[in-house]
This record gives sequence, structure tokens and C-alpha cells, in this order.
Amino acid sequence: MATFSTNDFKSGLKIIQDGDPCSIVENEFVKPGKGQAFSRVKIRNLKTGRVVDKTFKSGESVEAADVMETDMQYLYNDGEFWHFMEPNTFEQHAADATAVGDSSKWLKEEDICVVTLWNNTPLLVAPPNFVELKIAETDPGVRGDTAQGGVKPATLETGAVVRVPLFVEEGEMIKVDTRSAEYVSRVKD
Amino acid sequence: MNELSRLIHQRASLADEIRAFFNEIDVIEVTTALLSQAAVTDPGIESFTVTVSEKEVRYLRTSPEFSLKRLLGAGTPDVFELGPVFRNGERGSLHNPEFTLLEWYRQGVVMQGLIDEVVTLIQRIRDGKFSQFRVHQHRYYALFDSVTGCNVRGYCAAELKRLAVDLTQPPNIDMDTDQWLDFLFSTLIQPSFDSDTIHVVTHYPASQAALAKIDPDAPDTALRFEVFVGAVELANGFEELNNAAEQAERFARDNVLRDVRGQKQMPVDRRFIQTLDQLPACSGVALGFDRLLMLADDLPSISKALLVGWFEA
Repeated sequence: MATFSTNDFKSGLKIIQDGDPCSIVENEFVKPGKGQAFSRVKIRNLKTGRVVDKTFKSGESVEAADVMETDMQYLYNDGEFWHFMEPNTFEQHAADATAVGDSSKWLKEEDICVVTLWNNTPLLVAPPNFVELKIAETDPGVRGDTAQGGVKPATLETGAVVRVPLFVEEGEMIKVDTRSAEYVSRVKD
Repeated sequence: MNELSRLIHQRASLADEIRAFFNEIDVIEVTTALLSQAAVTDPGIESFTVTVSEKEVRYLRTSPEFSLKRLLGAGTPDVFELGPVFRNGERGSLHNPEFTLLEWYRQGVVMQGLIDEVVTLIQRIRDGKFSQFRVHQHRYYALFDSVTGCNVRGYCAAELKRLAVDLTQPPNIDMDTDQWLDFLFSTLIQPSFDSDTIHVVTHYPASQAALAKIDPDAPDTALRFEVFVGAVELANGFEELNNAAEQAERFARDNVLRDVRGQKQMPVDRRFIQTLDQLPACSGVALGFDRLLMLADDLPSISKALLVGWFEA
């Protein structure tokens, strides 16, 4: 079992806490001039996303988490799993609904996603920051209709719903920021 | 002026202000040895070891305390030293393994007299930047009581652990009484200190007396004090123990504790202990120069107060 000492602590380090893989967000060394040293850390649970505060005595060791972030191409969804491929090795990984979570609504075949692997199994899937998707359904925009602030809802080919300007029409490709679920622009062919 | 040139001036001018202060009160600057055959035994402080030859190692000093007290024991006037010290493993936004320490000794001065002098120095620097800060002085156990609502005087390790679990998220391990007190102090007491205030804490538990006299009026506490500016620990001082036998016993106890905690035992400084019976009644204090600079000039971390950081050295 690989371990880290508190001396190795830095942000981004992946460790196991209560059986779950976690990432150190922040590490603060505290020590009275004459006295015991401690590491006060903020830890993000990579399964739940929750951030908790923890304190370790200096020199304590914690189990290392075999966690890796890898760029992978999204291939397809078989109804139960989302399949990804490492572009260099062609190795394929199947991610379940827990790992994909809300990202599923942005996944378009062939897009490159960041897949976090824990013990070589997908733990988290992050979509690209920007995706280009086709509008599957939206009401025809009426010029001058500003009751909704000049925007209207549009359902994209992947099922995501974003607010778009009135002039955007069904069948058009748009660029969306997946972090805020906001419309960025129309994509010209 | 670029950042580095500004920092050179800041460090030099703060050192000038400190030297002017000691010149005024007739305390003489000295420079003592960095490499010693003996080392500090305090389990909370780790020395760096330096190889001299196949047969000899020396230890980089963690403070000039032993050397300065040996000077006083040999009959010198009051002295101060402003110079480098080294503490292995201490690295963070307020810690660097090598840093500059200001340490001074005053003969015939009791603990309160030296506390007042430390506060005067802090309030005087940088045209009185801290002169409007309130000064709050508390005794260690009373301070615990006011912050945690709990009188921890006489608590054993298990009771302190229970308190820690009730109040915060402590490490899930067993530690001894002093380690639990340090945990609670660092994570609850110290963060509760208001900024814009100089906090003085006195009468540390006797088990943390280090090189201080035990208070004859409260023998479970020591005549040891610390000074904090806001939540930042800045200085540690003692009304100095000048009893060789008692000090030797404490060092021996330190080494036993080191053994129990799985740390290496350290060679005791016999020369220092031998001169302790000649040490005149005095108080002494060590103050972190780089932290004082951080606070005085609003630098965000100790690395910004150093010309060369740990990773650049």
C-alpha cells in the first residue's frame, strides 16, 4: 500500500479517507514555536464532491489514492454505461451513471473529456469546457418579444436545456460553456 | 524599485530599528556559533545534523539560547543576537526551515518587565504602526477557559481528546497531554485572537516550561510567555531557570519523551548546564524577525519576507 506522509501534502495530492478517494485542496502547516506540528487540510471527496476540514499530526501517514486524470474520447452510450477511449493506447473504459453524473447532458460522441480514474475505473467524467451542440427543439423566436429578457429555452441534441437568444433557431449549432451552462455563440458551418 | 530591491531595504531598515532600540537600552549585539556539538532536546524542535568528519557530527542551532546564557553566566552585560537559526521540517506560510531570530536577555528583570519591553519594541517599529493596537494579557489556562468554556487545568490526554472531538475535527490518533494542548491551542485558541491586538499569554503548563522557572505561586505553571500579533505567534520568552540540576532533569525527560514519541534522542549540552548555576537572575526572549517584517510591512507569507525562499535556496 503506497502512503504519503504529511510532509508530502500539497494541493492536488490524492489520498484515501474513510475508504473514499480524495484530493487535497489546501494544506496549512501549523505549529507552536515549541510544540507539536499539525497539518490542517481541506479535502475534497472525489466521489461526493464534498469538502471537509481535517487535521493531521505532522509525520502521520495516509494511504495514497491511485487516482489519475486522463483525456479520453467519448465513444457511445449503451444504455447503461458510457464508453471512453484513451486516444494513445486505444484502451477503453466504461463509466457508470454515478461517475458521469450531470456531465451526461453535455456528452457528444468523439468529444475529448477528462476522465478521472481510480484504480483504473472511471470515477468522474468532466466534459470539455466548451461544446458545440445542435439545437433539437426551440420555439421560433419573435423579434421584439422581450418578455423573457430576450432569451428562450432550447433543448440540445444531448438533452441539455440552455437559454439562447431569440434569433437562434432549431437545427442550428451553438457553442455552450459547460461550466455555467451558458450559451456562448452560434457556430458557423 | 522592483520587489527584491524593496525587500532588501525593508529587511535592512527593520534591523536598523531593532539595533537602535537595543543601543538605547544598552544591550550589546553579539554573534555566536551556529554549529554545536550538542543540540536542543525539546521534542517539538528538530535540529539539522551536519557531518564534520566520519567521526563527528554537529547540529545547526535552533536558537542562540544556550550560547547567550553561557555568556551571561560568564559575567557579560546584557546581550542580543540577530541571526540565522534552523529548524528541520518546519515549512508553511508562517514557517521556513531557516529563518532569522532576534533573541535578547535582561539581567535583574522579571517576566513582566521583559513582556513590557517586547511590547514596547513591537509598538515602536515602523513609526508606531502597532502603537494603537490593544494589548491583552492572559494566563494560559484562563485563556483556554474563556475560549472553550472549559477549565482544562489538570486534564489528562483522554479528557483533552474528548474536548477536541466535541469542539473540532481532531486527528484520529492518540497523543499525550501536551500534544493535545498544542492541538487545541493551534486550532481553536490562536485563531480566536482578534487582529489589531497584541496578545500576551503567560503561565504555560509546567510540562511546557522548557527553560523557564516554575512559578512558585502556581507550581503547575511556568514563568513562560508568548507574544502574538493578531493570530501570529511572534515571540517566546522565559524568566530563566538558573538551576543546573533542574535543567538537566528536564533535558533528560525530553529525551525520554523523544524516545516514547519515536524521535531520536539528542546529545545534551553539558557546557550549557554547567554554567546555569552561575546564570544571574534574568529574563530572555526570542522573536521571529521575518514574521515581524511580514506583519510590519503587510507581507502575505513568510516566503515574501525572505530574500531567498526554501525552494530557491
